[in-house]
Amino acid sequence: MIKKIFFSFFFLTSFIAYNQTNGANISGNIESTFQYLRADSLIGANLPPEKGLLNSYMNAFYTQGGFKAGMRIESYMPHINGYPDRFDGTGLGMRYIGFVNEKLDVTLGNFYEQFGAGLLFRAYEDRALGYDNAMDGMRLIVRPVKGVILKSVYGNQRQDFKSGVVVRSTGIVRGIDGEIHINELVKSLAEKKFDMTLGASFVSKYQKDDNDLLKLPENVGSYGARAKLRYGKLTFDAEYAVKENDPSSDNKNIYNTGHAALFNIGYSKKGFGFSLSGKSVDNMSFRSDRNQSLQVDLINYLPSMNKTHTYNLVASLYPYATQLNGEIAYQTEIVYTIPKGSKLGGTYGTTINGNFSTAYQPLQHTSTIKSSDSTGIAYVGKPFDKSNNLYWQDINFSISRKFTKSFNLILSYFDIKLNNDVAKVTEEAKGIITSHIGVIEAGYKINKNHSIRIELQELITNKGDSRDKGDWATAVLEYNFKSNWFFGVMDQYNYSNPEKDLQIHYVIGTVGYVEGSSRFTVSVGRQRAGLFCVGGVCRNVPASNGLTFSFTQSF
Amino acid sequence: MKNLVLLFSLLFSTFISFSQEGTSSNVLEVKKIPSVQLKDIDGKSVNTAELGFKGPVVISFWATWCSPCKRELNTIHDLYTDWKTETGVNLVAVSIDDEKTKNQVPVYVDGKGWDYLVLMDVNGDFKRAMGVNNVPHTFLLDTNGNIVYSHNNYAPGDEDKLFEEIKKLSAK
Repeated sequence: MIKKIFFSFFFLTSFIAYNQTNGANISGNIESTFQYLRADSLIGANLPPEKGLLNSYMNAFYTQGGFKAGMRIESYMPHINGYPDRFDGTGLGMRYIGFVNEKLDVTLGNFYEQFGAGLLFRAYEDRALGYDNAMDGMRLIVRPVKGVILKSVYGNQRQDFKSGVVVRSTGIVRGIDGEIHINELVKSLAEKKFDMTLGASFVSKYQKDDNDLLKLPENVGSYGARAKLRYGKLTFDAEYAVKENDPSSDNKNIYNTGHAALFNIGYSKKGFGFSLSGKSVDNMSFRSDRNQSLQVDLINYLPSMNKTHTYNLVASLYPYATQLNGEIAYQTEIVYTIPKGSKLGGTYGTTINGNFSTAYQPLQHTSTIKSSDSTGIAYVGKPFDKSNNLYWQDINFSISRKFTKSFNLILSYFDIKLNNDVAKVTEEAKGIITSHIGVIEAGYKINKNHSIRIELQELITNKGDSRDKGDWATAVLEYNFKSNWFFGVMDQYNYSNPEKDLQIHYVIGTVGYVEGSSRFTVSVGRQRAGLFCVGGVCRNVPASNGLTFSFTQSF
Repeated sequence: MKNLVLLFSLLFSTFISFSQEGTSSNVLEVKKIPSVQLKDIDGKSVNTAELGFKGPVVISFWATWCSPCKRELNTIHDLYTDWKTETGVNLVAVSIDDEKTKNQVPVYVDGKGWDYLVLMDVNGDFKRAMGVNNVPHTFLLDTNGNIVYSHNNYAPGDEDKLFEEIKKLSAK
């Protein structure tokens, strides 16, 4: 007995000693959101039978020397309003162990990863959206010499979280990726003005052929190459990816190969920035389960080519997400700051921002396809070959100016066209919805402890079939006290809804308290139905009326 | 005899752990910055644990679509030269913009004339490792890379508090 105590004490002290020499580190975060909702028949908000809803998760990451381990516990008791139904129960949502040093990084278990721009492979999470396609398997990253990175991934994807257990995809995903930064590899080029990075990847999935009528490919390969060139402040990025035939419910079981192409030209110097991007996508939905839809089992990521807006009316009524089956899109962005001290620039400088983005349906050539054709190839698509069918267009400007140390003003205008027949956001409109939005934002710092911010927004839709819910006005008032306290009120008024009963105010009030890395917020009020988007991925949130309490903590 | 060996080894190991406490104490109390391989806006590799700055370092997580983040970094931009000369501080702005908006990062950074080191955390690896829930989230590191202060959210006036914390470090 005494021996045992001695032994355990010995191990404990040595363990502590070892920890201290190698700098053990624990970090992580907690987030919890509680909702207590009421029924509100006017806006179509339902009372959930449980009345109270609770989402929580906590991450913990441990590193010591080269060793790493991490886990996440998730809990949906049940999930909050609008969160995907695929999440329920409490359990282990993610776990891994691994080893890292200068040249090697091995992970077993769950990991997130991205090859290039993600056209072929991206394992990504966004907890706010309920988006999580973590891989479960093995990842190896090797950095043999400076400037060279080789990655390989092998595993199943996270598909659902049912009764507290992660459900994995039936298909297996595997891939390799290599990237060479020439100027880091070749030392003599290190300080040269011309800089080049090249990369290539191969990703393949396996899923059993479960269809009696069709002969489906069980292994689907995809490959791509990319280049990043820089000359001083001028940059050129391009990536091209091809996916072999992959009949799926997304593409209605056609046997076409798919492609995705991206390019970006950028130039910037102090006070001026410019970028022009283009994208061509055809038949590029890539999932580890060919029968899935929405955001389930996606292997790759096709970024939508438009600005992520932040003002409420601009961001949540008519947002656009990439059409996986195909689109041709362009975007340009300019930021210019009129220098401070000049007559136009004022004391602190004035910044002008312009942005234009557009997306069209690609042309599908069918004249060479014979009706007797049994290959399953439905059409011929060419990169950047667009039709005149508009999916999306956004023209927006903003001017921001700081007048004094404590007062600033931002004026913005947005002109947005969204093809609701294709990128559907509402049931109440047909064809292209055109909206014009103006926003005035003012911030005033009263003194060290008090500041206020006001936003006035107005959205006007074109009359006719695509009028949707008509016009809106929104006012936001925020007051900050001592950097810890935050009070906000937002009123969205749908003043010209074609249905008179729905010409109502959606008022929501929020109080927040922040201390270091802890944050508490309580909001009470009416939330209209709308799209909640982060980084181009959106989820539909139904209307609600009630109380939301949320808590976040980092450690 | 066996017991004696055990007793000695026990004493020895306790001694080691005690003596180390004197030199590198509070290992778990003060958090070090995790090591993650990122790229800066020019495509150069940067290890977050080896940023190579001499003085205190502010790490600020932001995104082009995050208005309070931009408010915070634009406010500090007007004060940055003074902060640097007074305390030797450097600010690292970590963009969590993903593929959709990452091309707008250099446009905004240069368009605004920021002088920060800007790192790209396209797939959220560093964000995850630092336990960041939402942006803006700002950390202050001492010269040994220990996290000594952090703040989530931004309200006008937070920059004054941050600067007071920086001054405490440079006074040491």
